[in-house]
This record gives sequence, structure tokens and C-alpha cells, in this order.
Amino acid sequence: MQRPHLELSQVSIEFPTPTGPFKALDKVDLKIQEGEFISLIGHSGCGKSTVLNIVAGLYQATEGGVVLAGKEVTEPGPERAVVFQNHSLLPWLSAYENVELAVKQVFKGEKSKREIQEWVDHNLELVHMSHARNKKPDEISGGMKQRVGIARALAMQPSVLLMDEPFGALDALTRAHLQDSLMEIQNQLKNTVIMITHDVDEAVLLSDRIVMMTNGPEATIGEILDVDLERPRNRLELADQPEYNHYRAEVLKFLYEKQRKIEDFSSAKDARDKKTKPDSENEEQVA
Amino acid sequence: MSMSQALNWKSVAPKLDVGNLIRSVGVPFIGIVLFLFFWQVGANQVDTSLGKFPGPSEVYLQAKNLVQEHQDARAKEAAFYKRQDERNAKKLAKDPNAKIKVRKYTGKETFFDQILTSLVTVLSGFIVATIIAVPLGIMIGLSKTLNSALNPVIQTFKPVSPLAWLPLVTMVVSAVYVSDDPFFAKSFLNSMITVTLCCLWPTVLNTSVGVASVSQDLQNVSKVLRLNWITHVRKIVLPSSIPMIFTGLRLSLGIAWMVLIAAEMLAQNPGLGKFVWDEFQNGSSNSLGRIMVAVLVIGFIGFLLDYAMLQLQKAVNWDKSSQTR
Repeated sequence: MQRPHLELSQVSIEFPTPTGPFKALDKVDLKIQEGEFISLIGHSGCGKSTVLNIVAGLYQATEGGVVLAGKEVTEPGPERAVVFQNHSLLPWLSAYENVELAVKQVFKGEKSKREIQEWVDHNLELVHMSHARNKKPDEISGGMKQRVGIARALAMQPSVLLMDEPFGALDALTRAHLQDSLMEIQNQLKNTVIMITHDVDEAVLLSDRIVMMTNGPEATIGEILDVDLERPRNRLELADQPEYNHYRAEVLKFLYEKQRKIEDFSSAKDARDKKTKPDSENEEQVA
Repeated sequence: MSMSQALNWKSVAPKLDVGNLIRSVGVPFIGIVLFLFFWQVGANQVDTSLGKFPGPSEVYLQAKNLVQEHQDARAKEAAFYKRQDERNAKKLAKDPNAKIKVRKYTGKETFFDQILTSLVTVLSGFIVATIIAVPLGIMIGLSKTLNSALNPVIQTFKPVSPLAWLPLVTMVVSAVYVSDDPFFAKSFLNSMITVTLCCLWPTVLNTSVGVASVSQDLQNVSKVLRLNWITHVRKIVLPSSIPMIFTGLRLSLGIAWMVLIAAEMLAQNPGLGKFVWDEFQNGSSNSLGRIMVAVLVIGFIGFLLDYAMLQLQKAVNWDKSSQTR
């Protein structure tokens, strides 16, 4: 078997807190092949975003490490493009300029002015945003912003695309639209993708493998589910398929039986949220 | 705004317009009339050694006088140059090789010349302050260490009155700026530098806060893109802190204008501050009225400067939703 494209080995991380170090992840092991679409799923605060941030290079693992295409990850870089949960577009730049900033940075000296322009337009076309290329983020809807965010990440031609709950902040219909767009793009480009999600349907629909994480602290990978559904996938057809529902049930079982959170909703939750600050900061914005 | 909303607005527009007109013109008008009334009544109660405190009518009279004096002075100046030109023309007609002298008119500055001097001084001081304060603020905002190092210094200098700086500035300028044919008058430099020293701080502080509070998400974008330091500052930090920078600049310009009047009084820079001081020393029966004209003009120019700054802020601010008042 060939060497994995991306490998996380024995990744653990501790955050310093006033009450001593807080161990968010414990010995996460994961091998990902080129072109695979992986979902990370788990309850809030389980450290999904932390895993992604470590792969992105935004956090440094306390123990263990990440190797991408034979090279260790030590700092952030465009070959590990991130689609952030809240789009993170620069509000003073138009959709085009936002993508252009990334393209110029990544292909400096490689592409001519004209090629850069064509590449930016091509990527906006890919996410169906050509019509709004000159609009500022404030002037377009949440779903459209997220599309531009995806275009920006795709335009960097990353060797792995990291998506941090890319559709978490969107309404159900817009989310479905974007999921379809993403599948269509993925069909063409065959990127390696790690996506964080809260949404069981989303995970089953999009992924080749679903990585289910145990609850924190000291969260790690609980189970990995291979999703053997033929592509291209169609959400309507799948809805009736027993295999699809079987996969859904597997994930649901993991989340709500094996890793059920036993807690009093009001007070205990607040206390926990405060404690697991580094991760819950990201998660809370979904609600 | 959606289409239906737009239509809605149109259909109720006539009614709204009257209300708007009353609010935007009527209410301020009533405010001003009331103010003038109480001013007149109040002024009549105050007796000074130079006569009664000037009411609105007296001030209006003095304003007219100042305009008249300005026009007279300009007429004199024009006449002077005309005479000089004629004299020189005659000389040249007699003898084409004759040496002609062109002298500059050396009349006293009028009130309006002084306004101009004040504006030039305050803007020079403000621009110098901006050139120093914005980069300094960016550095402080980017580096926590620098912030900790400089914060006590800034907090100490921030509340210092211009009157405390001025003697020091005067001595330093006299010692350092030595030239036979000075391009800048010393009084101008003294006032300008004092203005700069006093109005630096709001811009420094606001810029540094703006820079320090660039959203973590945008900083992550910058990291993922591996923007180098200069691009990071230019493309992410600077645009993102523009609203705060301009908040600082507006505060700074306001302070600059306040400080300037005091500085001019003591530095004898021929601007509005000197005008007020000279009138005070003069002590004629018109003086109080003339000072009051200056007070109103100073206030009005301050208002215009702030308004101009606000317009500039609106023009460059990407965040159109932010409230700028």
C-alpha cells in the first residue's frame, strides 16, 4: 500500500489554562489517501476544530505530528487552504479581489497577469459566483460569502482542503445547495478534503470516510466509518436507499448512544464551555 | 433595501418630508433663536471695565467692522502695488536699463489673514502628527512588548497641556533652528510643534487599539496565505483598522485646533490666538465684541474641520454599516 498523502500520528495537544494544562486531544492517529473526502464529526467541544487547526498549522501539537506529502507540518501555508466557518473574507475587498489576493500570493512569479485574472475568474465560475465578482462581502448573502470563501481556498490548489464547518452558519436550503455544488466540484477536481461537521446527513452524503470523535477532554478518534456509496451521489435517491440510512444510523448510534453527553443542560454546560475555551470559541458561533 | 420597502418609503414620503423638514431645519432654528435671546439678555447683565459684555448685535457690528477692515486693507494693498507698478513703468520708459525696485506690501494682517495663518499652522501640525502617529500606532498595535514599553510614556504625555510644552519648544527651536533667512517663522514652528506634541496621542492610541483588534479570523487567513510582514500590514492590518485610525484622527484634529489657539497666544504666531490676545491687550470698547467674533469663528472652523474629517472618514471607510457621527 502506498504511503498516505496526509498522516496524523499520535497527535496530542495541551492548552495552558489558569487551572493547569488542559489536554484537548490525546493520541489522534489518522491516515488519509490522496483524493479522499474525510468528515470529522463529534459533539461540540470535542476537539474537531483543534484537529483541523493542527493540520492547518495554526496550532502546534504538543506531542506527535502531521506529515503532508512527505513533509512535516510546522506552520500554516496555502497548500493546506482553509475554508473558515464564518467565511473570513476581507470585508473591504470585492469577491474577485479576495480570491485574487490568494492567487497572487500563491502563484507569484508563476502566472502572468492575464493568467492570474483567468484563474480567479475560473474559480469564481466554479462556485457559480461570477455574477457577483465585484460585490463586497457585505452586499452578498451568507451562502454566497461561503462560496467565495471556497473559491478562494480552491484557487490556491491546495494538496489538502480543510473546511471548518463550512456550512454550519447557513440555513438548511442554502446548505443543501452548497453541498451539491461542493460534490460537483469535488467530482471534477478530486481534492483531498477534511471537513468538520455537526450534520450527520452532510457527513454521509459527502464523505468517503467519517471520522467520529469521542468527547473531550482528551478526545480522540472513536470510530471510522467507510461510506461505500457510489458517486455521483444524489440526495433524493439516497434518501430511499437502505445503505444510506444504515450509514446514518451508524453515525447517530455513535453520537447518541456511545458518546452521549450526560449533563444537566443549563449550569453544567456553561461551566464546561468556559473550561474548553480554545475549541468552544469556534463552535459557539454556529448556534 | 428590498423593492417593497423602497416602494413603501415612496408612498409615505410626503408626510415624512414635513416632519423631516421641521426636525432638520425648524428645531435647530428655534434652538439658535433661543440661544441668541438668552445671550442678549444675559450679556446686558454683565458690566466690565470695557463696557457691557457684547451681545449678538454688538458682535454682528464688530464682525461687519472686521470685514470692512479687511476690504480696506486689501484696497490699500492693491493701491500700493498699482502705484509701484506705475512708478516702475515710468522709470523704464525713460531709461530701459534703469534698476527698478519691487517692494512687498507690509501692512498689518487682517482678521482673515490671521484665520488663514491659523489654518495653515494647525493643518501642518496635524499632518506632522499623523505622519508620526499612524506608523507608531501600527507598531505598538502589532507588538505587545512595544505596547507595554510605551504605554506608560504615552499615558504620561497624553494629558500635558500645550502651555507646558510651549516654553520648552520655544527654547529648543531657538537653539536648533538657526538660519539667516529662515523659511519658517519661529513663532510658526513653535505653535506647530506644540500642536503636534499635543495631538499625537489620540491617533497613536486609537491606531494601536485598531491594529491590536484585527479579527483572529483575518489573521488566520493571512497566516494561511503566508503573507509577508509588509503585505500583512498593507492588506490586512491597515484596512481593518481604518475606522479606528480615523476615529483617532478626528479626536486629534479637534485637540489640535483647541491647542493651537492657546499656543498662538503665547508664541505670538500671527493667527487667531494672537488676534484674541492683541485685542485683550488693546482694551478698547470694541475689544470684547471683536474677541467674541473670534470665539464664534474659532468654534465654527472647529466644526467645519470635524465635518471635513467625518466626510473623509466616510469616504475611505469600507464598513458602510458602522455608525459615524
